[in-house]
This record gives sequence, C-alpha cells and structure tokens, in this order.
Amino acid sequence: MSKSIGKILVILRKDLISEARTRDVAASVLIFALLVIVIFNFAFEPGGETTKLVAPGILWVAITFAGVLSFNRSFVLEKENGCLEGLKLCPINKEIIYLGKMLGSLLFLLIVEIIIFPIFSVLFNLPLFMPKVALIAVLATVGLVSVGILFSALSVHTKAREILLPILFFPVCAPVIIAAVEATGMVLQGEALGSLSSWLQIMAVFDVVFVVVSVLIFEFVIEE
Amino acid sequence: MKERIAQRSNILPGISFVMMMVALYLVFIYVPTAQGMGIMVQKVFYFHVPLAWLSYLAFTIVLVCSGLYLWRREAKWDIIARSSAEVGVVFTALVLITGSIWAKSAWGYWWTWDARLTSTLVLWLIYVAYLMVRSFAVEEDRGARFAAVFGIAGFFSVPLSALAITLWRTQHPPPVIFEGGLAPEMLFAMLFCVVTFTALYIQLLTQRISLRQIETEIDQISQNLSYQGG
Repeated sequence: MSKSIGKILVILRKDLISEARTRDVAASVLIFALLVIVIFNFAFEPGGETTKLVAPGILWVAITFAGVLSFNRSFVLEKENGCLEGLKLCPINKEIIYLGKMLGSLLFLLIVEIIIFPIFSVLFNLPLFMPKVALIAVLATVGLVSVGILFSALSVHTKAREILLPILFFPVCAPVIIAAVEATGMVLQGEALGSLSSWLQIMAVFDVVFVVVSVLIFEFVIEE
Repeated sequence: MKERIAQRSNILPGISFVMMMVALYLVFIYVPTAQGMGIMVQKVFYFHVPLAWLSYLAFTIVLVCSGLYLWRREAKWDIIARSSAEVGVVFTALVLITGSIWAKSAWGYWWTWDARLTSTLVLWLIYVAYLMVRSFAVEEDRGARFAAVFGIAGFFSVPLSALAITLWRTQHPPPVIFEGGLAPEMLFAMLFCVVTFTALYIQLLTQRISLRQIETEIDQISQNLSYQGG
C-alpha cells in the first residue's frame, strides 16, 4: 500500500517538475479562466441582487472551462514526446498512472481556484472566503478531475481530440457542475450547511463512483 | 463468415405491429378519459412513460454489454451495446418530445429547467456523445474499446435521471404508477403499453444488430477484394 502511494507520488512529482519548468499551462489556464469571467460579465451585466444569482454559475463555468484546457494538456504533453510509452513500460499498475496524473491535475486545478476565488470575490464583491465554499470547491474539483483525466487519456488517442474531450466531459460532469453551482448559490444566500447537504451528497457520491470506476477501467483506455 | 447473433426476423415486426394496434385501441377507446386535463394530451402519458422506462433499459444494456466487451473482447458485445445505444437515443428523444407536448398543454410552456427534464436532456447528450466517440478513433477496435469505457462512465446519469423526481422537488408529475394512483383500466393500458414498447425495443435492437453484422461482412468482403486486386 505505502509502496503504491510512493509510486503515485513519483508520477505526481514528475508532473509538478515539468510544469514548474515550463509554466506554460498554469499561466494560460489562469488567464483563460479570467477571460471567461470577464466575458460573462459583459453577457449578464451583473449588479446588485442579480450578482448573487448569476455569480455561482459564472464562477463554476469558468473553472470547468479552464479545467478542460488543463486536462487536455495533461495527456497531450505525455503523448507528444512519447512519454506515455515510457510510463506504460514502467513496472507499475496502470491505476497508479491514473492516480498520479489525477492528483497532479487536482493539485493544479485547486491552485488555479485558490488564485481565481479571491479575484472573483473582489470583482463581484462577494464573500467567498468561507469553509463551506472550500468544501464545495474540493468536492466539485475531485469530481471534475477524476472524469477529466479519464477522458483526456481517451481523447488523446483520437483524431480531433480538442473537440472530443469537451463533448465527452461536459454531459458526464453535468451533475457535479449543477451541484456546485446550486450549493455555492445557497451559501451566498446565507443558508446553513444542513440545507446544502443534498448537493454535497451528490458531489460526494459522484466523486467516489468516478474515482473507483476510472481506476478500474483506466487500463482499457491506455492499452495499445 | 462469422456466426450471426441475430437474424432478421419476420415474426417480431408482426408481433410489435399487432401489439401497437391493440395498445392504440386501449389508450384511445378503452381507457376512460380523466377529467381536468386536456382530453387528448393526457393520452401522451401512455407513450411517454414506457419510452422513458425503455430508454433506461436500453442504456442499462449498453452498460452491461460494454462491461462484457472489455472483459471478453468479443465483437458481439460491442455490436449489441452500440445498437442498444442508438435505440435508446431515439427513445430518449421521443421522451423529450412527448413530454414537451404534454407540458405545453399542462404547464403552458414547452420546457422548463427542472431536475427531471434537465437530467433527461443530459442523458440524451451523453449517449449522442457515446455514438460519436467511435468515429473519432482511428482504428476500429480502439473505437469500440473507447466507446465501452464511455458507456460505463456515462451510465451515472441514468439512475440520477430515474430518481430525479424523488430526489428533488420538480415540476414533473410524481410516479403515480408506483403510488397506486391509477384507475385499474389505466394501469392495465399502461402496463400493456410497456410490454408493447418492450417488444418494439427488442425488434429495433435485433434489426439494428443484424444490419450492423451485414455492414461488417460487406466491409470485410470489400477489403478482401481490394486486397486481391492488389
């Protein structure tokens, strides 16, 4: 068990080092998320009471779009330099590759959120610094990443992968996106944790199901 | 030549046709018309509900056959899964259309974004994507494998859509059939429609499977011919 965790961390470390050296994904994903927020601002012109209604949607759509970009990169980078072949040759189980890549993406997207949330909070004048919002963010991000990495590994082996990934990713992730938007909206309306519980449960169930299912079927995605 | 899973049958279309006629009689003539709702539009119920159940069944078969394909790697499971998904997508589209027709008369608008309607639309999108995955893959067996993976991952929304009316407060009517809220004649007609649409589903499924097998055989023959022709 601890050996597997060590191996997962090795893959995670590899991804972090390669990102730290190039920094091309982090900056572009962050800028992209900001752009989405700005564009939605034009589209809805939120102000006063409407802000609270549309803000959760804008926030999570921005994060989901940014997530798709980063998931795409996660396996495109591996594929371009033939690294995926190397990874597959490693004497490790395939699910370790999945978990390593997933943790890397999870960490990455959480960092993007840590930067985006304060900016969003300032731009829309909303109090987002609450443990409840953090809980929602973690639950939603785990769900998005677990599905995103599975489909990223799948679409990287197809033609027109940039088109295929969002087509697969958005409908499957719809429950998590909806739950995150609704729960965040309820927090902004000042509701207690108890009334959020049904949305939190959906996200938790989604997370567990998709991490387990992805671990089980990942090997079929990357086999030759 | 490979062994065929399903032969085109002449009996199944006949059975589904006769049952469909009986179902129409039951729905429009035998069943008493309930007061309160639009006279004709309430009859949509007898088609809407069976179609919805059968689409859930179709997608469950996609899940099972996708799992079997990944496990056994036999082409027939892939063919069944793919055909079932096609029928399921058509049925879900009909569920959305019949539901909208009813909604326009009962609620005054075609569509509302409540949990049941949204989850059904998402379901439709998932299985349209399932049908698209294959055409993006370069090799055929890889496409089949990817479709199987997506057929398993995409299933999550099926129970979510089925349970949406109990999980959330929605505008969609509650499950009257399970709550015993139907008159005996209505229940009988309803169940008969379910059986009829099951027959229709099986008929469409076998039709699609046998068609797909013929397509594969033709592909094989044309490949052999081009090979021989140099």
